[in-house]
Amino acid sequence: MLASMRILADLPLFPVAASEQAGSIDALYWFITAISILMTVIIFLGLGIFAWKYHNKRHPHATQIEGSTKLELTWSILPFLIMLIMFGWGADLYYKAQTPPKDAMEIFVTGKQWMWKIQYPDGTREINALHVPVGQPVKLTMASEDVIHSFSIPAFRVRHDVMPGHYNTLWFTATKPGHYHLFCTEYCGDQHAGMIGWVDVLEPREYANWASGGASQGSLAEQGQKLFEQNGCATCHLLDQQGRCPILRGLYNKPVQLADGRTVIADDAYIRESILDPNAKIVAGFQPNVMPNFKGQISEENVIQLIAYIKSLSPSTPASQQGSQQPPVVIAPKAGAAAKPGGAAQH
Amino acid sequence: MATLAQRSPEVEAEEVNYLNVEHGWKSWLLTTDHKRIAVLYIISITLMFFVGGLMAVLFRINLLVPEGLFSAETYNRLFSMHGIIMVFFFLVPSIPATLANFLIPIMVGAKDLAFPRINLLSWYLYIAGALLAIYAVVRGGVDTGWTFYAPFSTTYSNSYVLAAAFGVFTAGFSSILTGLNFIVTVHKMRAPGMTWSRLPLFVWSNYATGLIQVLGTPVLAITLLLLAFERIAHVGIFDPNIGGDPILFQHLFWFYSHPAVYIMILPGMGVISEIVSCFSRKRIFGYNFVAFSSMAIAVLSFVVWGHHMFITGESMYTGLAFSILSFMVAVPSAIKVFNWTATMYKGSVSFDTPMLYAFGFIGLFTIGGLTGLHLATLGTDIATHGTYFVVAHFHYVMVGGMVMAFMGGMHFWWPKITGRMYPEAWSKFAALIVFIGFNLTFFPQFILGYLGMPRRYHAYPPEFQALNVLSSAGASILGIGYVIPMVYFIWSLKNGPRAGKNPWGAAGLEWQIQSPPTTFNFDETPVVTEEAYNYGPLEEIVG
Repeated sequence: MLASMRILADLPLFPVAASEQAGSIDALYWFITAISILMTVIIFLGLGIFAWKYHNKRHPHATQIEGSTKLELTWSILPFLIMLIMFGWGADLYYKAQTPPKDAMEIFVTGKQWMWKIQYPDGTREINALHVPVGQPVKLTMASEDVIHSFSIPAFRVRHDVMPGHYNTLWFTATKPGHYHLFCTEYCGDQHAGMIGWVDVLEPREYANWASGGASQGSLAEQGQKLFEQNGCATCHLLDQQGRCPILRGLYNKPVQLADGRTVIADDAYIRESILDPNAKIVAGFQPNVMPNFKGQISEENVIQLIAYIKSLSPSTPASQQGSQQPPVVIAPKAGAAAKPGGAAQH
Repeated sequence: MATLAQRSPEVEAEEVNYLNVEHGWKSWLLTTDHKRIAVLYIISITLMFFVGGLMAVLFRINLLVPEGLFSAETYNRLFSMHGIIMVFFFLVPSIPATLANFLIPIMVGAKDLAFPRINLLSWYLYIAGALLAIYAVVRGGVDTGWTFYAPFSTTYSNSYVLAAAFGVFTAGFSSILTGLNFIVTVHKMRAPGMTWSRLPLFVWSNYATGLIQVLGTPVLAITLLLLAFERIAHVGIFDPNIGGDPILFQHLFWFYSHPAVYIMILPGMGVISEIVSCFSRKRIFGYNFVAFSSMAIAVLSFVVWGHHMFITGESMYTGLAFSILSFMVAVPSAIKVFNWTATMYKGSVSFDTPMLYAFGFIGLFTIGGLTGLHLATLGTDIATHGTYFVVAHFHYVMVGGMVMAFMGGMHFWWPKITGRMYPEAWSKFAALIVFIGFNLTFFPQFILGYLGMPRRYHAYPPEFQALNVLSSAGASILGIGYVIPMVYFIWSLKNGPRAGKNPWGAAGLEWQIQSPPTTFNFDETPVVTEEAYNYGPLEEIVG
């Protein structure tokens, strides 16, 4: 009895709001809820009043009424106009959710039955735990090794499906230090309910402390470079002269002319596809069937490391696109190692 | 049933009707009488409802404690089979295959549906599908959820996916045939004078449903076949590891399954129009708008499927289009709710059991519909997608709406179907229990959802326990509310007072013929001279 009373006293009714997004989504949520309550009250009052007033004891003879076009139009158009407000407001938030700020710190997430693997630019790796600094926009680039997962942090009101075969992104700016749930919200098999973890939001100084404690195997880009050498990529993708395959230096986020005439941007998704299925898009002037398929040969985490390495070959490329007129700059790939998470945005 | 009637003391008084005209199992299993087929369907879907319900009871027991009482595997199979059985073997056929099958020919003044043998075939297809689904359960169940999302269903699941999918595939044809029969019947079999603007709204809503069944269900069949190809032959369609795309599955699946939501609610709306009109003694307010809104729902239902995919990574413009279209489909539903309410205005309202269910429907459907706005709005869908908020929303529509309407319709037409009345006090009590149990079960789930509790979790963080316990407690009350009517309906077959032609004093052709009707419904084809719901003062109708 006491136990059950204690449970009731602790009964949570509304989630904490720990991100910038949370406040704006809650405002819209309450707006829609308020309109819903108002409409429910109108309907219930109508039902209640008519049922009482025109009960057959009090009102034995019904008056036959045909209807009213005026009323019909009113209760069709008026609610629709209110819904247009919801639509516009919601569309604005949706647009913002899909548009990460340029200075967002980038973290990589791989979903796998049944765990979340997190990779930081400095090479730190975690499972089912995400550490982020307060006040800093964070962009997650997410991949799935197997089935569809969905990455959700209720306290931040962010969520995005993680579709196998695609990169999906979401972003947030945490506002409140704390320890928050991380859930998978797309059913993914037996231990779906076990695919949960924690997000720790830290003050910047604590975050710097935490970050300096990790990373032993080099930065993400260095890990990628190792893979690049181990897998023999370097024999054809020469760094500074034309080999059998395209030069990768300065490639990241630049337009690429394809053999079929199309031009695509060499973003994460393009590079991922070109590693796993090289024949999908052939660069103009190159032959197909030169590079082996890596699909099924390397994990999504390895792909993320390789992309980080290729990215490090294009220095100071922000997440946004850059003009192609910028001359390639030769730097040692190790330069990436200097970046700690706080400065990761410079990658 | 027929034998029960024979043993009745009033046996001499009983007229020949569709129930007692023939006896023996052959007379039922080979019947082409739409009324007998409706009865076969009532028995079949009720059995499936209790199988699906039992699974719900079991997984609600599992959710009493945060760590879960059963294994994850058991829980996953329970909720998956609950969804599959309830959606495809109860909700989709619920009203069309039972009440509409029984009533549409009578309401339009015909002897039977256009294709009586196809009607029987549809029941056999349903039974074949149901047996396949039951086979899947007995072998160990399926764990994909009712949505069969690929590549989990095609590559990763170790459960009986194919048996369940073929069960759904087969039952789909039963649904197509029912819809086809209704469309042709309404077009070709109306009695003289039964113009389109005189059709009861129940016929309109089932006609609109028939269109969705015929146009939408084949896409489900295609989707399930592709799923089977990939699962059996590893043809890369949905799994990206073999060259497919999982988003394609969702497009195909929801292209059927969103319109299917309206297969599962439109017929219920038709029932409510009949009941509200009868127990307000008043013609329906805005007949044209209510009829037209059914058609508007049928058309718009085909262009909103993308709102299930706002967070899959579909383009922003796709999201915008599906969001605005989803708001548009809310308008005709709102029109119906306003018109039912306005029908009571200056009516002469009585609270018979069917009307209690109609009140329940309007209230719960209102809440279910309005919470759909949170999900149609792009910004708030991000926070609610995949959580218990969605579960609560669609149970308010499907159970609070459709099951309430089914119960209301069964209580309204039971005297016509069986010729007997059920105990009034018990039936009102059960309606109340259902209403209380329903809200206690599903309202806490809205709160759980916005708190972030994901769907389909066999275990959950401890802070969600209190709301889950409330929900499970409500489910047990709801379960009792469904068992009570089972008991008194069966009891009434033998012991219920005789209903007579028209116990409610209702308008409509079905109330002008004897209860239960004869095999061919009418001695001679009726000629219709007045519109539906022509309620004069009560005394005139009864006399």
